[in-house]
Amino acid sequence: MSNIAIEFENISKQYRLGTIGTGTLAHDLNRWWHQVRGKEDPYLQVGQVNDSSAKSTSDYVWALKDISFNVEQGEVLGIIGKNGAGKSTLLKILSRVTSPTTGSIKAKGRIASLLEVGTGFHGELTGRENIYMNGAILGMTKREINRKFDEIVDFSGIEKYIDTPVKRYSSGMTVRLGFAIAAHLEPEILVVDEVLAVGDAEFQKKAIGKMKDVAQGGGRTVLFVSHNMGSIKSLCTKGLLLKNGSIDCFDKIDKTVERYMMLNTNTTTNVELIKNRKGSGSIIFSDFYIENSNGERVDTIITGEDITFVFVLKANQLNLRNIDLGFSLHDVYGDPISNLYSSYQGQLFSTEDEKYITVKCSVEDFPISSNIVLVRGLLRSKGEILDWPQDEIGQIQIEHGDFYRTGGVRTDQWNAKFLIKGIWDRSNKR
Amino acid sequence: MDIARDDQWDIVIKPKEKGIHLHLKEVWRYKDLLYLYVKRDFISAYKQTILGPLWFFIQPIFSTLIYTLVFGGIAQISTDGLPPMLFYMSGILCWNFFSDCLGRSSGTFSGNAGVFSKVYFPRLVVPIAGLASAVLKMFIQMLLFFSIYAYFLFTGSSIGVTVYILLFPLLVIMLAGIAFGVGILISSVTIKYRDLNILFSFAIGLIMYITPIIYPLSAIPAKYSAFKWVIQLNPLSSVVEAFRFGMLGTGELSWGGLLYSSIFTFIIVLLGIIVFNKVERRFIDIV
Repeated sequence: MSNIAIEFENISKQYRLGTIGTGTLAHDLNRWWHQVRGKEDPYLQVGQVNDSSAKSTSDYVWALKDISFNVEQGEVLGIIGKNGAGKSTLLKILSRVTSPTTGSIKAKGRIASLLEVGTGFHGELTGRENIYMNGAILGMTKREINRKFDEIVDFSGIEKYIDTPVKRYSSGMTVRLGFAIAAHLEPEILVVDEVLAVGDAEFQKKAIGKMKDVAQGGGRTVLFVSHNMGSIKSLCTKGLLLKNGSIDCFDKIDKTVERYMMLNTNTTTNVELIKNRKGSGSIIFSDFYIENSNGERVDTIITGEDITFVFVLKANQLNLRNIDLGFSLHDVYGDPISNLYSSYQGQLFSTEDEKYITVKCSVEDFPISSNIVLVRGLLRSKGEILDWPQDEIGQIQIEHGDFYRTGGVRTDQWNAKFLIKGIWDRSNKR
Repeated sequence: MDIARDDQWDIVIKPKEKGIHLHLKEVWRYKDLLYLYVKRDFISAYKQTILGPLWFFIQPIFSTLIYTLVFGGIAQISTDGLPPMLFYMSGILCWNFFSDCLGRSSGTFSGNAGVFSKVYFPRLVVPIAGLASAVLKMFIQMLLFFSIYAYFLFTGSSIGVTVYILLFPLLVIMLAGIAFGVGILISSVTIKYRDLNILFSFAIGLIMYITPIIYPLSAIPAKYSAFKWVIQLNPLSSVVEAFRFGMLGTGELSWGGLLYSSIFTFIIVLLGIIVFNKVERRFIDIV
């Protein structure tokens, strides 16, 4: 057999919806009665695919359904998917926090899971005592912790407070200490659930660096869940995309992330059918979409990518002149972020007898990093409004990415809505 | 399934386990964690208190004084000719130890849901660590008992230690075992249906009254002797009586009762662990 570290076989997990009450007692009794007669659990057959948006008709739902795949030793697997796709459930099963409803997982070596940092910290105990406690909870022996103790304290950067009760720590210090302990685990298999977004900028850099060391050196197998495509791309070698509890894609990380981006493409609003619009209507917006640098139509982009805004216009008259196309970008609350008219850059368009024309606008290093950007458009000609849809003509989902082209993602800028970069220089002049 | 192939894996995760597993070996591997849990209990229990560990003594002293006043003084319940202080304190030590063990193990799942939902280790570590803490606490409180014991011995009370004091370790094991077994059973069955939690919390309080804590077995009036079997059915009774007999020389030492209690302990511990291990795997989905 090859060097397979973990083998997932038909893993499924069923959850019950709603609260526990007399209804569950009835189900339990029924289930027990089936078991007594040697029959199968009657509630395992019902239940439906995990799609949280659809109204369910059953009390049971499959959070995961028939998941089978292998992870090779030394592989760094990124698990991605939308909220509720089953990522965390999968990690929980692998961490043995909960058990699967069907199927089995087989693994070689110790599994340490990091579903949270600082699990089991006790406020009354000092940092020192908590290092031992937390380390032991995560599966380290006392001797291992002794050996690593100085390294952990050093990494966390809280040497001064090590003999102070943890309840006096700031939340940042607690989290740093928690991460420091976890980062010094030495299991054969490490399971990590989005814990990198902790601490201040300096510490995050350290944390990501440490994760990289863990992932790339030592031949350890790592499973890593994150919504941050940037860190996934830079840390992982392989990707697993979950969709509604099933595997959608299991491939090289780049392919998987790409596929995930495509998946987010929701059916674009039919721009032509927007009712509420102003203007003469001699030419109107018919379609709008975004293309990535490869010319593929996407709905999700990464900050810093080169993207192209594509506007399809439908002319209702012939020979239109001096068409000025403008668009504005808004955040989800509708507040404007930026706008651009072709006339700002000396560009006007004209039509002859075509019914449809396509206007493209390429933007290099797209700098906006807020989650969703709404796009509105306006067509005008010499001060006369031709078409002005009052609803947005499209939206763009934006993932954090390698804006500075330095081969990493800065997670400390999550609150920045707009990114800039500059050319740096120092001189001796005052 | 090819068994030889299965052996290559260190960890196999399956929905349900076939057969009965106690997983004690796994618990042993986590002995460092067990030790740390006990240490944590002691460190955190009296942090930021002025009297600190003195509280270990204050609580039984006051209970004893009140019991002596109420049950011995006002209600005039017989103490088998023993100094009331000693009689009640021996009972209180036993009962406190029992209810301490029970309280710690019955809160295992509900009190640790946060940790249990994030990281795996054999859950049995927690109630076992609770037992160890309770035993330690009891030993500390025994010091108090012995100092009062010594006082009464020197002032010439009619107390006499018997050779049956050698049963002491066994009695501790039985009390701890019953509390542990019942506790983890309660912990396991109450996570889904919490009705039982309410039931148990007052039932435990009542059980004290069918255990010879505040009265000796011999003090049951003749007209109620028909109900004596209820008390004897309680596996704690013979243990408490044997403890008094060994330490103080009065009471009833019933070998049959002790045998019954030992068997009860064995079964309840085994049953508790089996049910506990079963529930442990699904606990986080139903808590």
